[in-house]
Amino acid sequence: MRKAFQVRVNGKPVAVPPGTVAAAAVALAGETRFRRSPQGTPRGPLCGMGVCMECRVTINGRPHCLSCQTLCEAGMEIHTDA
Amino acid sequence: MRESAFQFDIVIVGAGPAGLAAACAAAESGQRVAVIDNTPWLGGQIWRGEQANPVLPLAREWLPRFLRARVTWLDRTTVIGTGNEGNVRALLAEHPDGPRKIVWNKLILATGARELFLPFPGWTLPGVLGPGGLLSLVKNGWPVAGKKVVVAGTGPLLLAVADGLKQHGANIVCVAEQAARGRVLSLGVQLLRFPAKLAQLAGLKARLAGVSQRYGVWPVRAVGREAVEAVELTDGRKRWTEACDLLACGFHLVPNLELPGLLGCALAHGFVRVNEWQATGAEGIYCAGEATGIGGAEGALLEGRIAGYAAAGQLARARALFAPRAASHRFRAALAGTFRLRPELKSLAAEDTTFCRCEDVAFGRVKAFAHGRAAKLLTRCGMGACQGRTCGAAAKIIFGWEFESVRPPVLPARINSLLAQPKA
Repeated sequence: MRKAFQVRVNGKPVAVPPGTVAAAAVALAGETRFRRSPQGTPRGPLCGMGVCMECRVTINGRPHCLSCQTLCEAGMEIHTDA
Repeated sequence: MRESAFQFDIVIVGAGPAGLAAACAAAESGQRVAVIDNTPWLGGQIWRGEQANPVLPLAREWLPRFLRARVTWLDRTTVIGTGNEGNVRALLAEHPDGPRKIVWNKLILATGARELFLPFPGWTLPGVLGPGGLLSLVKNGWPVAGKKVVVAGTGPLLLAVADGLKQHGANIVCVAEQAARGRVLSLGVQLLRFPAKLAQLAGLKARLAGVSQRYGVWPVRAVGREAVEAVELTDGRKRWTEACDLLACGFHLVPNLELPGLLGCALAHGFVRVNEWQATGAEGIYCAGEATGIGGAEGALLEGRIAGYAAAGQLARARALFAPRAASHRFRAALAGTFRLRPELKSLAAEDTTFCRCEDVAFGRVKAFAHGRAAKLLTRCGMGACQGRTCGAAAKIIFGWEFESVRPPVLPARINSLLAQPKA
């Protein structure tokens, strides 16, 4: 098994093993609110498979990335809309 | 931004069991084949996490076979529309590195299925996920060890998910299946004709011994502030509350019909209509797997192989698989009858329950309309980022509406992808 590496979720370092998706890194960081709905209610992943669009986060500065479908890479910066 | 163009004899959309089997059949018949999938991994949702070191018997057979088959694997490639020019037919897609154009001669759609979600108070809280969705995320590192999880909804997936989550250390509070015990037992009897499935079920049951499994029970409300903290369940007579860290709730599967619809494939009974060769009505386009009917991986593999052989002109090889496919279709029919949704599930949402999650449209506003089109135009229901994939499926069950029109882009795309016209 390859070694764990580090990503940052809202600036907080999180160690993740290879094969971890960004959504899991967010959960490992203890965050539950991935984004806010138009009326401001908290949202997190629903479908886990790229359909519902509820897990969108900002990855390396690019908004609206599907965190359930994006594999973590070393040094990745993930921002939720908490 | 790098644009790229590709050209193949046979292009397959979807890298689940149906798509992989179609690719193997076509490539082993000497065709130039590509498989497109919007994920970074092979195997679709059902075999998620199997790629590196397959454990499931079918995945152990098909993933290595696919890797040997000289198929071009276009991963992280999201099809957003068509790029036909004259007689040249192409798909337009988006890849993290830039737009892609994929020219095809024959096209096999293996778009699979997604979970059906029905609105109930609290269903938008973080921590309420689809059972299959949660297990998929867990296979990619989502932490569930020590977490209290209620698994609810309907379908054969519930027990499989409970088993998978338990193996990852979750504390399964209970499995609540909305179908009555009698129905599920009668499916068990029908499984006598499908020994492999019966063995799977026996294994699941043994591993879940000691986990509370309720039938004729469904969720009425999820409770929590920032995330789910508890779920209220009912058996139709009394209600009770179970504390949980996660609620995995879904109401079986619905087919992904957006791309088939965009490409002009006709439907029958809510699925893509195909003939004995898995050919749709649209010229040169085949369909295989869950998009033609919800029946599981074994049936999808058979349909995929038939589509792959038929598209490659190997009709005798395709025909040899007709009999086992017919058996798998009998299993499919048994499944559909068993997990029919009880009518109470159509009225779980309250007036102020969010119906369209993307646009925050309340159930009370949506139900005032006679037709989905009017609801869409006047409330924006179904017009958000998921393009009605979630609420549209619910509206079909609850109101009998069809959000009929499919227009490109079929998934949200970057403007650069829409502007690009890569040359083949």
